Amino acid sequence: MKGPIALGMTITEKLLARAAGVPHARPGEILTVDVSWCMTNDATTHISIDMFNARLKERGIHAPERTVFVIDHNVPSESPTTTATQNKMRAFAREHGIPLHDGEGVCHQLILEEYAKPGDVVFGADSHTLTAGAVGAFAAGVGSTDFVAAMVTGQTWVMVPPTIRIDVEGTLPEGVFAKDVVLHMIGDLGADGATYKAIEWGGPGVQALNTEQRATLVNMGVEAGAKSSVVEPDEETLRYLREKRGADVDTGELLASDPDCVYERRLTYDLSTLEPVVAYPHNVDNIAPVTAYEGTAVTTGFVGSCNSGRIEDLRIAAGVLRGRKVLPEVKLIVAPASKSVYMQALKEGLMDVFLESGAMVVNSNCSVCFGNQGAIGEGDVLISTGTRNFPGRSGSQKGEIFLASPATVAATCVGGYITDPREFV
Amino acid sequence: MGKIWKFGDDVDTDQIIATQYLLLPGVDDMKGHTFEGLRPEFAGGFAPGDIIVAGKNFGCGSSREQAPRVIKALGAAAVIAPTFARIFYRNSINIGLPVVMSAEASAAAVEGEPIEVDLEQGTITTAGSSFAFPRYPDHVLDIVRAGGLIEHLLATG
Repeated sequence: MKGPIALGMTITEKLLARAAGVPHARPGEILTVDVSWCMTNDATTHISIDMFNARLKERGIHAPERTVFVIDHNVPSESPTTTATQNKMRAFAREHGIPLHDGEGVCHQLILEEYAKPGDVVFGADSHTLTAGAVGAFAAGVGSTDFVAAMVTGQTWVMVPPTIRIDVEGTLPEGVFAKDVVLHMIGDLGADGATYKAIEWGGPGVQALNTEQRATLVNMGVEAGAKSSVVEPDEETLRYLREKRGADVDTGELLASDPDCVYERRLTYDLSTLEPVVAYPHNVDNIAPVTAYEGTAVTTGFVGSCNSGRIEDLRIAAGVLRGRKVLPEVKLIVAPASKSVYMQALKEGLMDVFLESGAMVVNSNCSVCFGNQGAIGEGDVLISTGTRNFPGRSGSQKGEIFLASPATVAATCVGGYITDPREFV
Repeated sequence: MGKIWKFGDDVDTDQIIATQYLLLPGVDDMKGHTFEGLRPEFAGGFAPGDIIVAGKNFGCGSSREQAPRVIKALGAAAVIAPTFARIFYRNSINIGLPVVMSAEASAAAVEGEPIEVDLEQGTITTAGSSFAFPRYPDHVLDIVRAGGLIEHLLATG
């Protein structure tokens, strides 16, 4: 057969077609899709609650048990104003029977650990919602109004995006990590290179990564402007879901792109050729080898965030810090992405390593990446595993932020200047 | 007719409204801090009817809906840029803040000069020239015509 109908679909097109109840989905079409999970956090939920109470109370909530509230951005609260805003969220969740995670971790990590499954559609009032693509869900960030509409109707509209396929081959060299891979990708695509588009990660190099590493890859797709980012679910996905949720977990539907699907663009990475990189101030697509900035003095380090605060990341950082000390002039802050990551790190003795090295370990929250803890001052230089390096993102507009892998951050905090982690592993 | 406030490429939502103001009770409490780090004179000097004209990828980064909301609360008639980040664009449509894509108008606009946007006709007039911009897709136009997503939701059941 000839013509567009005969063409296969990408996994993203299949996910949206399935959620819209139609046989095919093509880029550019606008579909109304059923939402599996809608998530919101304390940075914006008060706005959604005000809208609901003012205009939509009588409509009610479509499925409270499929709505997830997370207090993770400013927790524990730093002021009575913040507490009042969060209390509004707590009361609303209680009144409507909405699951509430209060200080249990960063929202995207909790969605990954407890909620999203292959085949799901996740809309969250946070730009890094696409993290759930790591288990084969369609996941996109929206604002407060879109969130409240999805919470009330159980549906939302979406324009089917064209897909950029990223084929990954080879294995990571010593000292190079998933964070380096995603930074390379953002540097190549640019800050708006994937705007309105879906990113699909695949190939043997991705199949060999675990779900935590895959989450690091998909999470920062929004830094290239992407609507969503996904990895085709596989045996590893099932292993992850069973480990987190038990043997009888609902593993959803494992979709895959058809061989004859249409990609708008393809990029290929051979992992074995990559080197450690940083995103230098003040844009995420400013990518350079770590060696180009080697010797730059730093004052603060951060290991954490929805991008790189998982157990895998803590193991990498602890691997560098074991038996070493953070330079006394440098403040290194570690924030495990969730309570379960925190407890696992305790079990593995990683917290001993951090504390003995001189790092500060804080509770599971967005922390330095959101700027609510460890705010940098004028003239400070932060090296962070976070998601963004915009001016003021983590405190003063007159500070500087470098983004790097947990190994690069840890190695840098030992010497007090940007350091190639390959010297330490 | 409003005055042009120009911005460069890749202005992110952290620059529009900084993190430390997001949990203030309402948008009216936040709007005085709009573009505080980037242009401290902005919130005090911006008059209702004025228009922001920016470079590419305006509104990238965080999904915070506070960003288009503070711009709307200050009375912006529109935001013009060659391209927008998708969450900011969608949020703006949802709350009834006109967002218009025009690379030509963005290039021609001069800081402080008058500018007019005619949403019905699809034209921007500034610096003695008129620039046409593409209309929204039908589904988006329905939301805009309703006055935002909540109005659209209430009207369509």
